[in-house]
Amino acid sequence: MNDKPLPILAAVLLTLGLTLAPMLLRAQGFAGLGTKAEGFAIPEPGTVLSFPRDHGPHPDFRIEWWYLTANLQDADGQDYGIQWTLFRSALAPGERSGWDSPQIWMGHAGLTTERQHHFAERLARGGIGQAGITADPFSAWIDDWHMRGTGVGIDQLSLRASGMEFSYNLQLSADTPLVLHGADGYSVKSASGQASYYYSQPGYRIEGQLMLPSGPVAVTGHGWLDREWSSQPLDEDQTGWDWFSLTFDSGEKLMGFVLRGAGGDFTSGTWITADGSPRALPDGAFSAQPLDYSSVAGRSVPTRWQISLPEQELSATVEALNPQSWMGTAFPYWEGPVRVSGSHNGRGYLEMTGYEPDE
Amino acid sequence: MITAAFLTLLSHWRRHPFQLLAIVAGLALSTGLWSAVQAINAEARASYARAASQLGQAQADQLVAGDGVIPLDTYVALRRAGWRLAPVLEGRIKLGTQSIDLMGIDLLNPPPVALLSEETGEEDEASDISLSLLPPGQLFLHPDTAASFPPVERTPRIVVSPNVPRGTAIADISLASRLLQRPDTLDRLVILPEQSSDLPPLEQLASALTRISAQTAGSATARLTDSFHLNLTAFGLLSFAVGLFIVQGSIGLGLKHRRGLFRTLRSLGVPLRTLAGLLVAELALIALGAGGLGLLIGYGVAAALLPDVSATLSGLYGASVEGSLTLRPVWVLSGLGMALAGTALAGARALFSLWTMPVLAAPATSARGQQTARSFRLTALAGFLMMSAGCATLWMFDGLVAGFAFLGGLMLGAALLLPQALSMLLRLGARSARGPLAEWVWADSRAQLPGLSLALMALLLALATNIGVGTMTSSFRLTFTGWLDQRLAAEFYITLNSDQQGTDFAAWAETQPDVRPLPIRWHEIRHREAPLRIYGVVDDPTYRDNWPILRALPGVWDQVAAGQGILINEQLARRHEYAPGDTLTLAPDWSAPIAGIYSDYGNPNGQAIVALPDLLHRAPDIPNRQFGVRIPPERSADFISSVRQRFDIKTESIRDQATIKARSLAIFDRTFVVTEALNLLTLGVASFAMLTSLLTLWGQRLPQLAPVWAMGVTRARLARIDILRSLLLAGLTACLALPLGLALAWALLDVINVAAFGWQLPMYLFPLDWLRLFLLALLAAALAALIPARKLSRLSPSHLLKVFANER
Repeated sequence: MNDKPLPILAAVLLTLGLTLAPMLLRAQGFAGLGTKAEGFAIPEPGTVLSFPRDHGPHPDFRIEWWYLTANLQDADGQDYGIQWTLFRSALAPGERSGWDSPQIWMGHAGLTTERQHHFAERLARGGIGQAGITADPFSAWIDDWHMRGTGVGIDQLSLRASGMEFSYNLQLSADTPLVLHGADGYSVKSASGQASYYYSQPGYRIEGQLMLPSGPVAVTGHGWLDREWSSQPLDEDQTGWDWFSLTFDSGEKLMGFVLRGAGGDFTSGTWITADGSPRALPDGAFSAQPLDYSSVAGRSVPTRWQISLPEQELSATVEALNPQSWMGTAFPYWEGPVRVSGSHNGRGYLEMTGYEPDE
Repeated sequence: MITAAFLTLLSHWRRHPFQLLAIVAGLALSTGLWSAVQAINAEARASYARAASQLGQAQADQLVAGDGVIPLDTYVALRRAGWRLAPVLEGRIKLGTQSIDLMGIDLLNPPPVALLSEETGEEDEASDISLSLLPPGQLFLHPDTAASFPPVERTPRIVVSPNVPRGTAIADISLASRLLQRPDTLDRLVILPEQSSDLPPLEQLASALTRISAQTAGSATARLTDSFHLNLTAFGLLSFAVGLFIVQGSIGLGLKHRRGLFRTLRSLGVPLRTLAGLLVAELALIALGAGGLGLLIGYGVAAALLPDVSATLSGLYGASVEGSLTLRPVWVLSGLGMALAGTALAGARALFSLWTMPVLAAPATSARGQQTARSFRLTALAGFLMMSAGCATLWMFDGLVAGFAFLGGLMLGAALLLPQALSMLLRLGARSARGPLAEWVWADSRAQLPGLSLALMALLLALATNIGVGTMTSSFRLTFTGWLDQRLAAEFYITLNSDQQGTDFAAWAETQPDVRPLPIRWHEIRHREAPLRIYGVVDDPTYRDNWPILRALPGVWDQVAAGQGILINEQLARRHEYAPGDTLTLAPDWSAPIAGIYSDYGNPNGQAIVALPDLLHRAPDIPNRQFGVRIPPERSADFISSVRQRFDIKTESIRDQATIKARSLAIFDRTFVVTEALNLLTLGVASFAMLTSLLTLWGQRLPQLAPVWAMGVTRARLARIDILRSLLLAGLTACLALPLGLALAWALLDVINVAAFGWQLPMYLFPLDWLRLFLLALLAAALAALIPARKLSRLSPSHLLKVFANER
């Protein structure tokens, strides 16, 4: 009233925010995974993982993920793949409540059919309750997506994610033991010693429903959960990886990855017997050679591979169910279901990162 | 042959540079004004679009809470139910010694994580989002805003970016919540466009929140700014039309003068088709050249006016338009297109007459007779119909568009009625004529009407617009000045540093003799989906004596003081059709009758006044830092110095009434600079149109003047008569423009203003301004007639004699 010395100036700010120019975290290695681990904890060999505690988050480490992939079939035998991932990326060690939390959560969900690939992404910061993980009872969530324990530990899970044009609701249960990769969960990622803590539950049986643009589909199948945390899992010169998680018809399983680097590739993996016992594979034991490339999102990406593991007399072709399984998220990568044929037959998931757009 | 013919055609302009100048000047002026208006409009629209698209919220609905604050938990619950929302936290912070609006947004939502970086020059640092997300955080400011703040060594770090709106600071919500000390609340939730399909309805999840559709949120301002742009466009079109009168005249002149040349060319074997094609090419060339020049003029005018336009828009509507001009294809093309179309329109008649001209026909000298009279009557009928249609629109429809339709009908109709009206006036004048020469003057004036009518119409429109707009702005200014006097009644205004200091000040000031502190405290709520600021006032004679009440129940201030009545501003009353006596509900448990309505110019939003205790009862935590101080003027200097001693406040925290008034008026005046500039330019163009029309007529008039000269009227006298006639026509036109201008002023004040701003203004008449305009019109007419008159007075008798030889 009288305080309106400049009544004509009674302006309302209409503008709501900013022109949001594209800005991604400046990647060093892939997605900053090769960044120095200043102030963050470093994985130590000999550490004994403890559950259910280690199902929960480790905020003193820079990065961590809860990564579930599944190969599913409908009543007609049609193949589907789904991915549900919650990444934790800490800007600083530790947790604080409210908006000041340095913990950034990133959810990725994918649903792949032979002809379609849908994906969605969610971002949130910790501290306000929008996203987070509790170890016991186990619950991981971001917005309305969740991976929730319905039994002991992570043996039974309820899983949900949704995007603009898809969603899924699945029930998972496993009775095989957890698989600790590397040396009791200490998994080396480069010749110079970068490492992470890494364990899996590769033996989920799944049933549930997918919601596709064409309607609901009842599915059953198998799922594989990876848990990994570290602060600098990649060497600075490592630019990406090709990671395979395969379940063979025999009940045996293989996790194998190739870390591509300027100083040569580094391979590692775990052979899992049908009863669930792991055998760590040293560098060079597992190998994967691209056979065919597909043009995906302006990049040339290998979508057919020749893999071999001589010690298991394994020599097989891995082929993408849908070569266009591109996750066009803030950190883009290829992630999709594959079929295996050759000395061993089966299904699995393939993840490929660090493929740069063609010039 | 074509080249030779084309060069021959062009050679005309070398010998008659003035005609070329007239065409080019006319086209350039009209294109210039048109494209200036278009450039301003395009710039403003781009500004709005930029503002709206920031955060991708152009079409986004929003959620707000009835009491203004959304608990953080509500936001999280909605997110966890699947709704994708962007939280917004707003407030005002101190930056160094000044305050600035702060907007906190979640830099992680909406994804992809994005910000600002590219143009900051500190790419690596600014683009590292962790610097924004982690303490101490970063404040983003527009470079211009940053420049107006003294550089301070402090955290948070300031990052400049041209993507930030001027006058606002942007920060990640973590920093904003720390600076505003609001960790648990939000102001708005923007509903992001991409939502999953199977979401539970918002009404169920958060019944306390109100969804505001993007259209509602932006539409009030959009409608208002639209009206402003419509207004400008109308002005631009008017100037363009006026400019075309010049071009039409000049093109006609250029063709008429070359009839002999055409005849020669045709006789030499140039086909009519080729000749016409060459003429079209020539006109297109001129149009493009002049259009290009016009664009330069337009750019200049727009660049000069844009700061004022942006001041107007932000002052009247709160819409922010940046002050810099960019070359946009929209208005460049529209300018050139208008130049070409205008030339085509103006040249069509002349080309048509060339097409139908027999190869060897003599230049026409036919006197105008019955045919002209009939065409005048037809034009007049069309004009009458247009005016009626305009009035009918106003009678049948409400609102801005109806207002403009009425104005359009009125103005164009009046212009079309003009020739007939002038013709009748001249016929009346002829009756008073004594002697043959006088009779000839009247008759000759009427005979010249067809040639001059376009220019006179232009003059009529320009004069009427000047009267109308002038009356509107002057009435507004007068009302505004009076309103300022009423509204700013306290001797000075003081802002303290904190609420505690405010309380101390009030307690101390009460103890001073003859001093009455008037607390200025308000609380902002949302009322029917729009912001409403509620002021709480103490019962003081200052309000009773001065407050600008428009309508009120008896004993209005007693009711307000007793907490039994609310005062509301005119905008709020008009928007929702509230009248004194109606019950107003401010909150679910807070209703009271409207005791009165007061005027509140220059404020786009609703406002209400209640008793202070009432307001404090509902909103106990509102700031208490601002006061008006009533004090006998002779004591105020002493009082101010003792306030300064007692309370550690800055010089600019105390402002006296006169300074505030002066600043307000300065801003008000700046608001109308654009209008007045366009006004004057239009009048200038109209005068120029008169000049070219008279010059066009000049060539045709010799056959009519020669016999009069031969009968013994000297050339000097003929020249004087010519000037007199020009004055007569301009004077008559100006007289006719007066009622038209007043009708325009009425429409602007009572129809357009109410629809566009939400307030009605009393109309004041300013006869001295009319006199000034009348004289200006006469001056323009005299100047326009001067050149042909000079030519006439210096014309060698042989030329006049030739008329008899050539024409017969």
